[in-house]
Amino acid sequence: MTISRLTIHELHELLIKKEISATELTKEHLDRIRRLDSNVKAYITVTDELALKQAEAVDKKLAAGEKIGMLAGIPMSVKDNLCTEGIQTSCASRMLEGFKPQYNATVLEKLKAEDFVMLGKVNMDEFAMGSTTENSAFFHTRNPWNPDCVPGGSSGGSAASVAADLAVYSLGSDTGGSIRQPAAFCGVIGLKPTYGAVSRFGLIAFASSLDQIGPLAKDVTDIALIMNAISGYDKKDSTSANCNYPDYTASLNKSIKGMRIGLPKEYLGEGIDSDVEAQVLAAASKLEDLGAHVEECSLPHTRYAMPAYYLIAPAEASSNLGRYDGVRYGLRVQAKDVASMFCETRKQGFGPEVKRRIMLGTYALSSGYYDAYYLKALKVRNLVKQDYDKAFTQYDCLITPTAPTTALRKGNNQNPLTLYKSDICTIPTNLAGIPGLSLPYGVDRNGMPIGVQLLGKAFTEPALLQVAYSLEQNTSLTRLKPNQGKGI
Amino acid sequence: MISREVVETVAKLSRLYLEEDEIVLYAQQLSQILDTIEELRQIDTDNVEPLAHVMPVENVFREDMAGECFRQEKVLANTTEQMDGMFQVPKIV
Repeated sequence: MTISRLTIHELHELLIKKEISATELTKEHLDRIRRLDSNVKAYITVTDELALKQAEAVDKKLAAGEKIGMLAGIPMSVKDNLCTEGIQTSCASRMLEGFKPQYNATVLEKLKAEDFVMLGKVNMDEFAMGSTTENSAFFHTRNPWNPDCVPGGSSGGSAASVAADLAVYSLGSDTGGSIRQPAAFCGVIGLKPTYGAVSRFGLIAFASSLDQIGPLAKDVTDIALIMNAISGYDKKDSTSANCNYPDYTASLNKSIKGMRIGLPKEYLGEGIDSDVEAQVLAAASKLEDLGAHVEECSLPHTRYAMPAYYLIAPAEASSNLGRYDGVRYGLRVQAKDVASMFCETRKQGFGPEVKRRIMLGTYALSSGYYDAYYLKALKVRNLVKQDYDKAFTQYDCLITPTAPTTALRKGNNQNPLTLYKSDICTIPTNLAGIPGLSLPYGVDRNGMPIGVQLLGKAFTEPALLQVAYSLEQNTSLTRLKPNQGKGI
Repeated sequence: MISREVVETVAKLSRLYLEEDEIVLYAQQLSQILDTIEELRQIDTDNVEPLAHVMPVENVFREDMAGECFRQEKVLANTTEQMDGMFQVPKIV
């Protein structure tokens, strides 16, 4: 068995049995990055010295007979919009090229307390705006399954690094599907937790009422283990939920017999690729075989989520990105007066999609349009949430596609509107603040992975993990690996 | 349809300089996007409350106590222009 293919819990066993050292494990991953990342191009920054230092500290603990945590010594990657102290955090933007934060995001402090090993920072769409990682200002990331396809986005570097075994797991962020859609495109598991379950402190803001940090990993147990480490109340995030957080591994082994699972009809049919739809139905039927009750249901406002999102997210972004003025951090373009300095800096610092969304959001918030666009979108957001509230009085979870298609081809994604539609299955979740998990479930006619999505009420991640785990244990369709010959 | 005047006004509000070709492109693309968004008008939302945030929290306060904060050099570490411990910008008045 190749070491780099193993999961967190499998590697943990090897570490505590001293069959491998954390340093060997880290070196193996760094070596793979050196050899293979020129094909995948997942990493913006490789932090090899730091990684080896972190690994050495774990080996010292092991040598001293100390107990280590589940994530200790396990090499991982971090999306480049999560602040890492003293290490470039660029958001894949010229605006923040060279920006070295003075502090760590809360999630990184939490992982540090678990003795994690960080291999580096990974590529993304600029400021997390996009669905292909082609909006990175630096370079495109390739899908490890087929280099002519995109890895999805915006957490494309995260998904590609895990799929190509260039990291055991990764942290990404999800504003409208940015963890789940790339996870589906690359054949890994991705979880967008409930809004407020993971602190956003140190996540560079895109749309604050929608953004959420979450894990991408190789199996369901790993997702649960990462959630155990990163979830929890944080006083530094005023939207952090002050409640009891479960042991996310506790529900995994429970039977799903008698669980009620809804299959929303608005997520199937027109606009959904037939292979994707077939796999969602196959997964639903497997869940029935395992004792769950599956039935069709309806979320009537689903089609309005996409237009509402493309007002709300840009509106919040236009405000959040107002801070990039060249004064305190990031790019500064010199000009004769302050106003020209702001405008020149923003002109040169932001790429086309970021400018487009700032313009759209500014328009939606400007006087005369506010009621017709922004306020209307917020009301529709409430209707989308009410659809879910109603559904969850009858169902423990819902099953849908993660994305309408499998991975898109590279270089063919110029029309913004066409691309916005690739998030139709994931966007409603963010509007409602509920958790969503994407699980690989077989491949399409071209051998590209398909993702099925599980949705639940706020704070029911344990139920989603339980359903995902039972699919994982009862089929071979969830642990997929790219054909190494064709891909990387 | 969004006119070039509207694009220019919005760019000004957004503190963005745009090139001529960008003005033309954004006028066209924003019009297309807003056309799609027009779909929202079909829904009756007269009796629906706007939902800006899913968390049932209002204002979050902390004790009014001085805590740890960044030292001046840390705050200034990422700027390109500074003078006497302050951020420096072009002359304003």
